[in-house]
Amino acid sequence: MTRYIVRRLLQAIPTLLGVSILSFILVNAAPGDPITMRTFGDPRMTEETRQILRRQLGLDQPLVVQYFVWMTGLSVRRGDQVAMMTTPDNTCGYVGAIDVTICDGGGGILRGDLGTSIDTRQPVWDRIVERMAATLELGIVSLLISLLIGVPLGVLSAVHRGSLFDNLVRFFAVIFRAVPIFWMALLLIFVFSVVLGWLPTGGRQTVSLTQEFNLADRIRHIILPAAVLAFGGIAGFSRIMRTETLEVLHTDYIRTAQAKGLAPGKVWFVHAFRNALIPLMTVMGPAVVGVLGGAVVVETIFAWPGMGRLTVNAAFQQDYPVVLGAGMFFAVLTIIGYLLSDIFYAAVDPRVRFD
Amino acid sequence: MTTSAQTQSQTQAKTQPQTGQPTAAGPVDLSTALTRAPRSLWRDAWSRLLHNKAAVAGAIVIVFFMFVALFAHVLAPHNPLELNSGKGFLPPMWVQASSTGKAGSQEFILGTDNLGRDVLSRVIYGARVSMVVGFIPTLIIVLVGVSIGMISGYWGGATDNLLMRFTDIVYAFPDLLFFIIVMTALRATAIGQFLNGLFLLFVALALVNWVGVARLVRGQVLALKERDFVMASRAVGATHTRIMFRHILPNSLGVIIVAMAFLIPGAIITEAVLGYLGLGLRPSTDPNDIFITSWGSMLLEGQTAINNQPWILLAPAIAVALVVLSFNFLGDGLRDALDPRLRE
Repeated sequence: MTRYIVRRLLQAIPTLLGVSILSFILVNAAPGDPITMRTFGDPRMTEETRQILRRQLGLDQPLVVQYFVWMTGLSVRRGDQVAMMTTPDNTCGYVGAIDVTICDGGGGILRGDLGTSIDTRQPVWDRIVERMAATLELGIVSLLISLLIGVPLGVLSAVHRGSLFDNLVRFFAVIFRAVPIFWMALLLIFVFSVVLGWLPTGGRQTVSLTQEFNLADRIRHIILPAAVLAFGGIAGFSRIMRTETLEVLHTDYIRTAQAKGLAPGKVWFVHAFRNALIPLMTVMGPAVVGVLGGAVVVETIFAWPGMGRLTVNAAFQQDYPVVLGAGMFFAVLTIIGYLLSDIFYAAVDPRVRFD
Repeated sequence: MTTSAQTQSQTQAKTQPQTGQPTAAGPVDLSTALTRAPRSLWRDAWSRLLHNKAAVAGAIVIVFFMFVALFAHVLAPHNPLELNSGKGFLPPMWVQASSTGKAGSQEFILGTDNLGRDVLSRVIYGARVSMVVGFIPTLIIVLVGVSIGMISGYWGGATDNLLMRFTDIVYAFPDLLFFIIVMTALRATAIGQFLNGLFLLFVALALVNWVGVARLVRGQVLALKERDFVMASRAVGATHTRIMFRHILPNSLGVIIVAMAFLIPGAIITEAVLGYLGLGLRPSTDPNDIFITSWGSMLLEGQTAINNQPWILLAPAIAVALVVLSFNFLGDGLRDALDPRLRE
């Protein structure tokens, strides 16, 4: 077990390295640079000032060097530039033999530092942590909704196989699986916010001067985005639970339980339900990943101040460090999600053994 | 595991005669001994598909939208770019008094947008983008994915390792985030300008989705190449190319077709989301353009005008949902028809 986890974690290293290279190339493929974009048409800005700004952010160096700096926090310049490059948090040294100055800025992805946002000058980590609470809140609420509704629906529709209820559940599962999340979001906003005016169109709370915590207001804001994210989960979970419950209901031990006269409720929920839960564990990882991906869409449409919205806005603003840092963070979460679901699977089903 | 091994051998038994394997052509021609003429897998699948009402309905809706896309210039009641000054935000024709105090007119069935452009005509033209975005990247994806998946599964080795690692990388990233990064980064480049940004969308879709197809085909090839009929053809001296294209590929076609049927709606949804975020097709003002507007861009326009004229949002939303649902029904139908064991 431990060996398996270690091996999986080792396998994640080349994947993350690949993600970092791919996203770095993509982000930097944009023509122009963040400095030009931010100072375009500003009469006080001369080309010289721009050049100094670029130099400060290291944007004047070749891409390979920039990648190296981003990963290790070590920057390299040709010639003796110790005097020019040394700052309170940048220690430099000159290596005469190869005529380069090496500086240690103390950061770098490899040391767990995701860099500094160009726009707010905050560490990217701080911005992610600040937004993570909102994303977790939305993700957990929507996962709970989809489990609490999807699982019972699946079990009931298996128990009443072929009934009107079963057919309705299956029909809506097909629809909800197919209809895109963003479409659902637009529709619900239209019905509940625009036409009926019951719920707010977006945000995490009503904007006020005091910004004090108001539970009722928070709940009103989370209903729509959480519901939208949950629809896909409800469809998926009910489908899996139906198939699995049907399979379990045909096993010998269920027939034995029924034959010895156990109450039907006890048979379904104590014997069948627990065994049908096993496959659910395997889809929990992908489900969590799906919620993360869905959050990118839902947070953008509902102006929900989470990770997804942060990343999308940063991409629009060309705030490279934030896009890259958040991208790496998403990748790590995804890999952990899949790993945890594989481990859970083995934990609940003793028949599964790792090689 | 036992069930999957069982089902695999069933597939083999069923598909083998259809591909005309040497193993089936023994000294005695069995087909004359049977009371019923043998029917091919494809004919069986076709008749099963025709009996699936949801799939047939889906196919009809898809053909309808393809027709609309092809003949948009004939079908649209108005020029989608024509500005009707003083007639902005007209409600649909059945509304007597809208929130802006205007009455609908027979001239504009679904009303007009802020510039007085006919909503119905714009939705009709939008079908073009969705159909093209659905089909063209999917063709590229399938061509690339199938070739690499076949090579990777058949030969293994370095290609296979590389493919698996690349798949891990692509899967470790939320799809939409990838699209947004590609579209924002390359939008201002020459590639991003080509075809009003449509070409870049094709590239991004292909870049993300080919790995899924390649992995799927690789799995098929890995399973099929161990089968007796492949060993038999190798024994009679068939070349690798012949085994790959005459024996393995036809037996994987079912899976590939089903994957295609689900890739198309996925691409249409992606276009709509990106259009909604303002990253899809650039709405055109040039009457000579084939692609004037897309449903995604209309959704964005509709969202901002939602209180004045909800139909700018509703019309493309309904169209997207219809097309996407239809492709899903057709995809489900194809899967059931080509592999009836998968039916619930």
